[in-house]
Amino acid sequence: MALAQAVVAPIKNGYKLRAEQLGVVYTSDGKNLAAIEDINLEIKDGEFICIVGPSGCGKSTLLNVMGGFLSPTSGSVTIDGERVTGPDRRRILVFQERGVFPWLTVEGNIGFGLSNLSREERERRIAHYVQLVRLQGFEKAYPSDLSGGMRQRLQVARALAVDPDILFLDEPFGALDSITRVIMRGELLRIWQTERRTVVFVTHDIDEAVQLADRIIVLSSRPARIQQIVPIDIPHPRNISSPRYLELRDELLKQIGLAYEI
Amino acid sequence: MRFFVWLRPVAFLLVLLIAWEIAVRMHPGLILPGPIAAFAGIFELMHHGLLLKYAVASLFRVTWGFVLACITAIPLGLALGWRRRGEIALSPLIELFRPISPLAWIPIAILWFGVGDLSAIFLIYVACFFPLLITAMSAVHNIPAVYINAGRNFGLSATAFVARVLYPAVMPQLLVGMRITLGVAWLVVVAAEMIAVNSGLGFLIVDARNAGNRYDLVLAGMIAIGVIGLLLDLAMRSLEQMKSFRWRSSEE
Repeated sequence: MALAQAVVAPIKNGYKLRAEQLGVVYTSDGKNLAAIEDINLEIKDGEFICIVGPSGCGKSTLLNVMGGFLSPTSGSVTIDGERVTGPDRRRILVFQERGVFPWLTVEGNIGFGLSNLSREERERRIAHYVQLVRLQGFEKAYPSDLSGGMRQRLQVARALAVDPDILFLDEPFGALDSITRVIMRGELLRIWQTERRTVVFVTHDIDEAVQLADRIIVLSSRPARIQQIVPIDIPHPRNISSPRYLELRDELLKQIGLAYEI
Repeated sequence: MRFFVWLRPVAFLLVLLIAWEIAVRMHPGLILPGPIAAFAGIFELMHHGLLLKYAVASLFRVTWGFVLACITAIPLGLALGWRRRGEIALSPLIELFRPISPLAWIPIAILWFGVGDLSAIFLIYVACFFPLLITAMSAVHNIPAVYINAGRNFGLSATAFVARVLYPAVMPQLLVGMRITLGVAWLVVVAAEMIAVNSGLGFLIVDARNAGNRYDLVLAGMIAIGVIGLLLDLAMRSLEQMKSFRWRSSEE
């Protein structure tokens, strides 16, 4: 165990991802609107990070900057000591919905990023990830034939198939019904525990964050700053009625400024 | 049950044809030939081999004009839709040319290409070019940003991006535009053939009238045009039904 960690751990600056004094200012109609401001963040390799905050606060903006889809107005993001300048297949962003290509089958979607591989290797990987996200029997199905939860699993499979270092997820279960959402959390944890990637997961659901994360980054309302970083020291599988769980959850609700009695 | 569903429009058509024939017999004189005369006209034309010859001539022109318009207008439209700057620069010109009826080009077509196939093909090309260009541009605008970002995320080269994201993403909308445009082309070829050439179904109609008021043959030509137009539309629709193309309609 210790040996395995030692093999994974050595990284140039000690962190997988580092955001320094990150700021994004949108300009619309000649007015400047700060979306995020002064974000300083370090994420360790293999860590599961959740970013929570009030809706519209700039969580997605932060994720898009880290993913390279959006250039920051100030500051920088470095991954493995290398500055992020654009999207890269070593870090895949999973979108809230409609992220899979509807013109490709399940196999086609999972194999989308694998055209550089030999045919056998590609097929082997597709089969592996079909299995991992439990879509056996649906290999030839199109996304329109799948449920919302299956489509999100497919998107995660397509992302993992290219063997990325980091997985960014932008409210990936936000469009699903509450039962499917709980099942998907379990699936994501199972996949994370077998594949061990760094995961950055944006959500507005406090319970989701407390169930999944190693650390939770709480953002303030717009312009988003880091309000607090809450480590979740409960080992998996987490008992969601344990006193520690409830305590952390209440603390987070308070952080966001929500009443926890309805 | 299915049989009866099919039977209904057929029965309706039959009733209509019978009523038409009765009406024509009750009021003789040249208002309109009856359906029997029209179908006799079709057989007469087929007997002389003219119907097939003229239908092939018309389809030949439509195919060339349409295909040439597709291979020029669609890539241009996709490029302009992708690069908004180009679109902004060219859009006044496009908007100026677009409302000009393709038939207004007939004198120019004859001036440039004389009376013949080339003129007709040119007219169909003009008729198809602008609708296809506009369809392609708007199809690009309508691509959900998610697909573009997902495509960029996997580090595709520019060509791979076009082939594997852009092209499949615009396909459903493009096919609808192509189907409608092909219908327009079929309308235009008839008009073009009435003036700019000496063969084809449009020529047949004018010629039948000029050479002795053969209105039975005029009707025969019209029926042939209608049937072929319907078949073209059905063919394009069946293309739209293909699974890897019709994703948009099935998802939403």
